[in-house]
Amino acid sequence: MAANVALLGDAPFLILQLLLDGLMIGAIFAVAAYGMALVWGVMNVINVVQGELVMLGGFIAYQLTLWGLSPLWGVPVAAIVLYFVGAGLHHVVIRRVADRDMFISLLATFGLSILLQQLMNQIWGGDVKTAQSGLGTWFLLDYTVTVSQMKVAAFGGAIAIGAVLIIFLKRSRLGQAIRATAQNPRAARILGIDTNRVFAATYGINAALCGAAGALVVMAYSVHPYIGLPYTVRSFMIVIVAGLGNLPGVIVAGLGLGAAENFAGFILGVQYQVAFVFCLLVVILVIRSTLLQRRRQFLK
Amino acid sequence: MLKGWAVAIGSAALGLSILAAGDAQAKVEGDTVYLGAAVSLTGKYTTAGEHTQRGYDLAVKTINDAGGITVGGNTYRLEVIYYDDESTPARGAQLAERLINQDGVDFMLGPYSSGLTKAIAPVTEQYGVPMVEANGASLQLFNKGYRYLFAVLSTTEQYLASAVALAAEIAEREGRDPATLKLAGAFENDPFSQDIRAGVIADAEKFGIQVVIDDQLPPELNDMAATLAKTKAVKPDILVVSGHSKGAALAVRQVEEMRVDVPMLAITHCDSADVIGKFGAASEYTLCASQWAPTLSYQDDVFGSAADYAATFEAEYGYAPPYQAAESSAAVIVFADAFERAGGFGKDAVRDALAATEMQTFYGNIRFDETGKNIAKPMVLYQIQDGAYVVVAPTKWAASEVRHPTPPWSER
Repeated sequence: MAANVALLGDAPFLILQLLLDGLMIGAIFAVAAYGMALVWGVMNVINVVQGELVMLGGFIAYQLTLWGLSPLWGVPVAAIVLYFVGAGLHHVVIRRVADRDMFISLLATFGLSILLQQLMNQIWGGDVKTAQSGLGTWFLLDYTVTVSQMKVAAFGGAIAIGAVLIIFLKRSRLGQAIRATAQNPRAARILGIDTNRVFAATYGINAALCGAAGALVVMAYSVHPYIGLPYTVRSFMIVIVAGLGNLPGVIVAGLGLGAAENFAGFILGVQYQVAFVFCLLVVILVIRSTLLQRRRQFLK
Repeated sequence: MLKGWAVAIGSAALGLSILAAGDAQAKVEGDTVYLGAAVSLTGKYTTAGEHTQRGYDLAVKTINDAGGITVGGNTYRLEVIYYDDESTPARGAQLAERLINQDGVDFMLGPYSSGLTKAIAPVTEQYGVPMVEANGASLQLFNKGYRYLFAVLSTTEQYLASAVALAAEIAEREGRDPATLKLAGAFENDPFSQDIRAGVIADAEKFGIQVVIDDQLPPELNDMAATLAKTKAVKPDILVVSGHSKGAALAVRQVEEMRVDVPMLAITHCDSADVIGKFGAASEYTLCASQWAPTLSYQDDVFGSAADYAATFEAEYGYAPPYQAAESSAAVIVFADAFERAGGFGKDAVRDALAATEMQTFYGNIRFDETGKNIAKPMVLYQIQDGAYVVVAPTKWAASEVRHPTPPWSER
């Protein structure tokens, strides 16, 4: 461990490399986390199927490459397809559990995640899939630091998606309805908002966000039917850290988590990378619950 | 009251199962010998489970089409009874019980993966049912004193040790002391890759090679950037990565993306991750461990040469056989041979015949040591050269010379 820290001192370019790689994977976590914050805040559902929706988005982008299209199209296409998948899931399952005890929605979405895993396994098989975006690599500081253009695109895409979402929630009628429903579903219903439609749209938007994130994942990393869980866990963490109503906070927390994780992997060894994430979660929860006990959170 | 009922139902069930067990007899009906197998047809091993099943099926079909096996002057056909173990060890163990107790199977073929084999082996052992397995490579299967377990494949610790040996061999040829070499390793934190790690570390110690990075990738990790950044800084001579097909895809992709210059990159699961198809030129020079290759010069009477097997398999299923299929076919051949030598279908006679196996199959030489693992077949090492897998080690079976060192990215 000390040797690894010394290595950072000897080769300072590594710090930049780790930071950049961390920020870029963090951006993808952030996109999935926006969706989770929305669904959690508006519908009071902790969406355990989040990671599987991300994987499904990745598989859709992969499918496009099988049809000879660039996987870059996967970002909008997966988002649109997943919107309808999400709305469908809401109609069949989520709307029946949305107002209930959180435990029921946890179980229901957990069941959905198993179902989706098996379906993806049946359709695309149990091997990892990746798609080549055709983008290259940039080199900084005399070839010592490399920046994959795909990851930069993923980063930019994630930030743009976040910005669009924030504006959408602030300005559009549906966005305002979503926020109103999040604050008080009963009052929103009394004031004429069709909360069931709002829920469906919210869940659809969440799935679309996951789909876009998945298309970025398949181009920058890889997808597999059974590796969705880390995305669920990271989303959950980011939302916990940022708070439900705080979308800019989600971006910052996502980026920070990605970078912290990467540094921890380097310094402690990758075997402790995930353990570090969970330790961090515990620390943050303790700090939050002591410092911010009395502040109520709602979707602004 | 409730308790009373539970006891009654329990004892009735027990009685029934004893009846069923009593009913079971050696599953040789008429001219058909039944083998049992639990394979993964759903769940996370679906793809590999299917290769396993197809390997078994192809060997059974080929043997039957050629007239079956001759035991004690009579000819018999082979047939396999399959169940889907859903890729879960507990289910595998249950199904093994079912195959033995209800279906009366006396001979078992292995499931896919070390984990499932570990779950099933105690069951077959308990009933004294010989099992020939082809897809459980973990060394831990062979230090438990099992008498009825036989494996045709090379055990895990040999997977990438051959790459370390190759690096040392090259260094010596170039007049360099292997002890000056530096090795970086990244191994997924699961039993399979940790076995591989043990083999690599042991071999590195044997040659005095210094291990400069020894990272254990969490199974859920989808990014190797931290390990590779470190690799760039310490500049090892060999980079070894093991993490099933995810590890293979990540390693090849990110080594290129991050322009990690390393003279030798050795990984597992190249073919199942399809690194050539996905990454093209970026995968060149990569070394891949494999149990078997169609270009090897082994042969037998059932399929002919390794190349003949590949052709037969491709004609039947429309794709080139992965080694998982080849070794599964070999397991059936080994059973057929043991039946013929045993001259009957007594479990212990067949077990003893299996233990005395000494033969060449298209898949490789087969001879079991006292723990049941095959010690006659080495692992092979492929290198990706001009967009194709070429065997480069062990030198005895190699088709081509290894290309070493990998040129730096600035020249590729």
